[in-house]
Amino acid sequence: MEDLSYSAILIRILIQLVPVWIALAVTFAVSIGFKRRLGLYGKLFDSPVGMIGFGMVMFWVFTALLADMVVTFDPYAPFSGMKNVPLGTVLVGASEGDYSHFLLGGDNLARDVFSRMVMGARSVLSIAPAATAFAFMVGITLGVPAGYFGGRFDTGLSFVANLVLAFPVILLFYLLVTPEIVDHRILFFSAFLSDAAELACKAEDSVTADTFACFGLSIPTMLAAVLFIFPIIFISILLNARFFTNPMKRNLYVGIVLVIGLWAYSGLAFNMDPLGVWSMEPNLLNVFVSVVFVNAPTVFRIVRGIVMDLKARDYVAAGQTRGEGPWYIMLWEILPNARGPLIVDFCLRIGYTTILLGTLGFFGLGVAPDSPDWGSTIDEGRKTLNMFPHAAVVPALALMSLVLGLNLLADGLREESLRD
Amino acid sequence: MADTTWDPSKPILEIENLSISFFTRLREIPAVMDFSCAVMAGEAMGLVGESGCGKSTVALAVMRDLGKNGKIVAGSIKFKGRDLTHMTDEELRHIRGSEIAMIYQEPMASLNPAMKIGAQLAEVPMIHSGMAKEDAWNLARQIVADVRLPDPDRIINAYPHQLSGGQQQRIVIAMALMAKPALLILDEPTTALDVTVEAGIVDLVKDLGEKYGTSMLFISHNLGLVMDVCDRICVMYSGEAVETGNVVEVFDTMRHPYTQALFRSIPLPGADKNARPLISIPGNFPLPHERPQGCNFGPRCDYFQAGRCDATDIPMDPVPGSDRHASRCLRWSEIDWDAPPAKRAVKEKAAVGKVVLKMEDLKKYYAISSGAFGGGEKKVVKANETLSFEAREGETLAIVGESGCGKSTFAKVLMGLETATSGSIMLFDENVQSTPIQKRNVDTVSSVQMVFQNPFDTLNPSMTVGRQIIRALEIFKQGTSDEDRQNRMLELLDLVKLPRAFAERMPRQLSGGQKQRVGIARAFAGGAKVVVADEPVSALDVSVQAAVTDLLMDIQRENRTTLLFISHDLSIVRYLSDRVLVMYLGHVVETGTTDQVFQPPYHPYTEALLSAVPIADTKVIRKRIVLEGDIPSAVNPPPGCPFQTRCRWKAQVPGGLCDREVPPMVTLEGGHQIKCHLSPEVFAAMEPVIKVAAE
Amino acid sequence: MLIFVARRLGLMLLSALVLTFVVFYLTNLPPNLEKLARSEGSVRMTDEAVAQWIIDNGYGGSVIGRYGQWLGVVPGWSNVDEKGVPRGRCFAAGSDPALAPSYCGILQGDWGYSTYFRGPVLPNLGEKLGATGVLMLWVMIVMIPTSLLIGILAGMREGSRTDRVLSTFSIATTATPEYVSGVVLVALLASPVTGLSPLLSEWGVIDGKILFQGAASPDRITFWSFTLPVLTIALYGIGYIARMTRASMTEVMTAQYIRTARLKGVGFRQVVLRHALRNALIAPFTVIMLQFPWLLNGVVIVETLFNYKGFGWTLVVAAGNNDINLLLGCSVVAVFVVLVTQLISDIGYVFLNPRIRLS
Repeated sequence: MEDLSYSAILIRILIQLVPVWIALAVTFAVSIGFKRRLGLYGKLFDSPVGMIGFGMVMFWVFTALLADMVVTFDPYAPFSGMKNVPLGTVLVGASEGDYSHFLLGGDNLARDVFSRMVMGARSVLSIAPAATAFAFMVGITLGVPAGYFGGRFDTGLSFVANLVLAFPVILLFYLLVTPEIVDHRILFFSAFLSDAAELACKAEDSVTADTFACFGLSIPTMLAAVLFIFPIIFISILLNARFFTNPMKRNLYVGIVLVIGLWAYSGLAFNMDPLGVWSMEPNLLNVFVSVVFVNAPTVFRIVRGIVMDLKARDYVAAGQTRGEGPWYIMLWEILPNARGPLIVDFCLRIGYTTILLGTLGFFGLGVAPDSPDWGSTIDEGRKTLNMFPHAAVVPALALMSLVLGLNLLADGLREESLRD
Repeated sequence: MADTTWDPSKPILEIENLSISFFTRLREIPAVMDFSCAVMAGEAMGLVGESGCGKSTVALAVMRDLGKNGKIVAGSIKFKGRDLTHMTDEELRHIRGSEIAMIYQEPMASLNPAMKIGAQLAEVPMIHSGMAKEDAWNLARQIVADVRLPDPDRIINAYPHQLSGGQQQRIVIAMALMAKPALLILDEPTTALDVTVEAGIVDLVKDLGEKYGTSMLFISHNLGLVMDVCDRICVMYSGEAVETGNVVEVFDTMRHPYTQALFRSIPLPGADKNARPLISIPGNFPLPHERPQGCNFGPRCDYFQAGRCDATDIPMDPVPGSDRHASRCLRWSEIDWDAPPAKRAVKEKAAVGKVVLKMEDLKKYYAISSGAFGGGEKKVVKANETLSFEAREGETLAIVGESGCGKSTFAKVLMGLETATSGSIMLFDENVQSTPIQKRNVDTVSSVQMVFQNPFDTLNPSMTVGRQIIRALEIFKQGTSDEDRQNRMLELLDLVKLPRAFAERMPRQLSGGQKQRVGIARAFAGGAKVVVADEPVSALDVSVQAAVTDLLMDIQRENRTTLLFISHDLSIVRYLSDRVLVMYLGHVVETGTTDQVFQPPYHPYTEALLSAVPIADTKVIRKRIVLEGDIPSAVNPPPGCPFQTRCRWKAQVPGGLCDREVPPMVTLEGGHQIKCHLSPEVFAAMEPVIKVAAE
Repeated sequence: MLIFVARRLGLMLLSALVLTFVVFYLTNLPPNLEKLARSEGSVRMTDEAVAQWIIDNGYGGSVIGRYGQWLGVVPGWSNVDEKGVPRGRCFAAGSDPALAPSYCGILQGDWGYSTYFRGPVLPNLGEKLGATGVLMLWVMIVMIPTSLLIGILAGMREGSRTDRVLSTFSIATTATPEYVSGVVLVALLASPVTGLSPLLSEWGVIDGKILFQGAASPDRITFWSFTLPVLTIALYGIGYIARMTRASMTEVMTAQYIRTARLKGVGFRQVVLRHALRNALIAPFTVIMLQFPWLLNGVVIVETLFNYKGFGWTLVVAAGNNDINLLLGCSVVAVFVVLVTQLISDIGYVFLNPRIRLS
């Protein structure tokens, strides 16, 4: 068997991605078929820019979802003799059932670059949208009342937001995403403990130490405890404001949200889910929390600005003269009308978060060293950049195309929502 | 630049069979069709019509500034005999600003915020006649003085935001006059201004037109204003000119059903909500791509004949023996134009009941911080000063005043969105002056409701119409179940005469008038007893105004609601209110029954206000009283009488009393009250501002 | 106006205090100190010895007190260790405490001792900052004119072909973070095996094996070594600023006063230059200033990627080697750069905008 030419590589990659193409085709066919009934999403298909962006984003989404079908090799496994091999090299000593080539070459640990890129999509897309969504929840829950009420509350929050924004992101990452910080638990009751007892407490490595006095949390866990509570607050207030005229319904809905929310919260933030369904690795939690923390203040500022603009509208005054509570007005009268710019910003921000995650990976912070995520792969690849650029260039282009897709999508959405 | 071949006896501007379309992704939208008109030298032509009729498009076409999507698809525009539609950009550039100049609706937006006034003015002669910078600035200074602005030296060195709205509009006019153009296009030049300021601008435009011999194309939706300014008029409807002629002929002997309907729907002196109610034009303005076959006005016309009016395109037909009078109607010669309107239903006057709302010495002060940077000392804005009045069940009380007079603040205090600084508000035997809305009980809240000014803002754009009304019902604890509320919502839609299918619509699918009806339905969801209507029709087109006003009156009559009607438009106030309260800078300056306020003796401000409102009736003779200057800021009101800076009667009060003391409220016969230092003799000698000439 | 500046300055100082305290707290967490003890002392120290080392070297006591010492508003610590040697913040071990000043924090110009450089922080940091300054100067020279020009040309005629081409370019560059563009540029232009260099080398256009150099040093600033790092940082910023400028420009071009100017007979060039430009540049000015925190990011990435020994490289080294004083020094610089640019942005906005300046 021979090494492949560039065109053969391209064809083989396209074939390997067949499941993704099918999924994309179905999505586009259905969406275009029903575009007049799909609101803003449907109008996206009137804008070429938006369609291209949407296509690029969905390409990566499907690649991430169907990664198991697309990969050619185990992305973590080294293959002897394949170190730094160029594109389209035949696998040395292939056994039965193995794919025959390293389509995009091998990296300096002799792993398949193509498979790592595909798996990297999964790792990036499982964090970036979720982290952005959390940042939005935090930003909205704080930004809406800050914009609506103004005054001291607003001044205080704006000051804090500006503080976080004044922090150079990299410095913040270096400070927050280090192994030391995860190890260090801050004891809440250290004032009541003797030195010896304090040392003993610190020696315990689990949050669930025997004595209550030993209760303490690491800084990322504390941040998580604060940041992860916002979605629960947000949804509860949202439902309460809407249904308080009908207490039965209200109690039911808010109850469900609280039970599920707090259950997930205990698992995600403290790793204490009694049923063990929700959990997050400490490293991942750390990365996740840092990214949310960096993004939330910007969202806060955007939301606050929009709300300050919208609150002068007559329908808000109409709500006030009807005696509506402030939360109903904020969440049901103002927020839905802010959705246009917020959706656009959401898309842009997923891109930005992807870039941030890449930055973290690039500096080798937080994530596991053999993780296939694009940032880490670029970092690893740049060591051999001069002689074997493919190991770094492939994930770099992948990251760029995803972010570009998100930006184009945001542009298309903005254009279409303004056209109304 | 004057073209020597042009003969001054020919029209200076001649538009022939002009058609303009806008091209969107989906379709071609014709905005103006087969439009012709001619403006002679020194003549002022008025272009009237409702929003969306294409009048501004015509103006922009003359300037050849239709944007990327607009195109002239047929016809010609001849200026001094040269066809503008075929000119190159360079030729156009020489004509724009020097031969044809334009004045816009929003003066603030029309001036460059980062350039000094002088620089913006001087630019014109520097471009067109290559004048030296110094000379141009001198000319600018002179023209600024010409538009009657005080202290021109200061003004030409100022930035636009340092001037008031009225001053800015004068600057825009000055800019248009810098090159002494032959034709001036004015696109709703006073719509954004207060009436008393508007009067000054209108006078200025007229005088300057005469002084420089400039021809004018005056675009407005206000028939009264057109009568004041113009010699000729062209009425437009849905992209077409429907009637054109000299102002007096068109006003007195109109020959198109639309013009007639328009006149019948505006409140002229003599109209009365009970005895002679307004007649609204049925139906809606057609959207540009949904225009009917044949006559565009057909579906809304009383004289419509199927098979004839909807058969072919209808041409302009000259009226014989007239001054270039023409009508786009097939039946104009068959219609009996003097027949009185048929369907004027005389209504019972509603009886007035017990007092439901009583305000005494209400004061509302705000503390604001001055300076843009949040620092600086605190200042107090006296939004309302000693406001006292009462309103009875079933009564319409109008509150009249221009911007900054405190009428909106008063509404907020009444609604409970703000609490009063001092004084009392009795609402159904309950003191509510210091109860914010959150602390009021549901009954009180649901019985005092508000109808808002801006129809495009009054409904939440992302909720269906039905859902918004149901929410009000829920909040007011109306109805026992969801089905019950659904039914009540549909009944409310019936009440405001909207089809029930509208419940499922989003607000953007409704026209302005329809939105305003939904707003009214929502206000009455809890059986409101007192309704504050804050300029509810001022943003609507004339033909829709009448329908919405009548609806409000009908509901009021049925529910015996007390209506507080806030407005700056004296014509409509005279038409519908029982009693009137005139406000100026936070003070009530005059109050009484409608007849008392509209007859002498007047408060000097009321007098000026009455005189400033243009009336579209050739038989009405108005005394012209133009107030000097602008309304002072509420942050920095003048000492003594609030009106003393602009009062023309000030000299009649001895001893400079007006400068020192706020006048007391003087009660005249019949409970008519005026806040003025003038002596009873002076009051007795006042003449009426508006006289209707004997027919 | 003065009150405004004074208030902004006060706020800025408060922010600086809070931010430096946060950095101080996070760098002085016990695990970091233990790591420091083991790297400065010996790796095989017992836990007790580590605790003793921490106390001996002035890292005991409350965080706030130590922060005050570091800042220079609380007298520096001094004690005598087990061997009887006097130690203190403000003097070298063994010298006479009485001769030393009692305050020695950053306010007094004592930024501490860097364990990585084996020397005082301040001169080392200053030198690295100088190197970064040179790099940033070139970045600015490339980035600002390019981005403003692109933005204005694109926004001048919205929807035109120029607009579409330039906007696509801007979007593409904002989607390309420095670590991506750096990698791609090196692969394209500075790799002896891929991209343009092998071709050019074959054709004999260039003498060496590569066109541009994939590494840069502050000591030898040449066109060939500086192009790639400067381009890498500038690209991301260009896209962002150009998009802001375009947005601002399109908004201004649809403003009524632009129509007024056009219908006054002003030519298109003059409309853009005299009437639109100044109004359109107010917003991008703020953006350029607020771009600094992100540029700092770019600097760190690019200096790491191109092994350029400047400020960003120092920050990475300090963080990677647990060099607490150096990292604190870097933070102080970073925080001040950000806050000062914010201040300039605020004041500049006011000066550029007559509507605010004169009210």
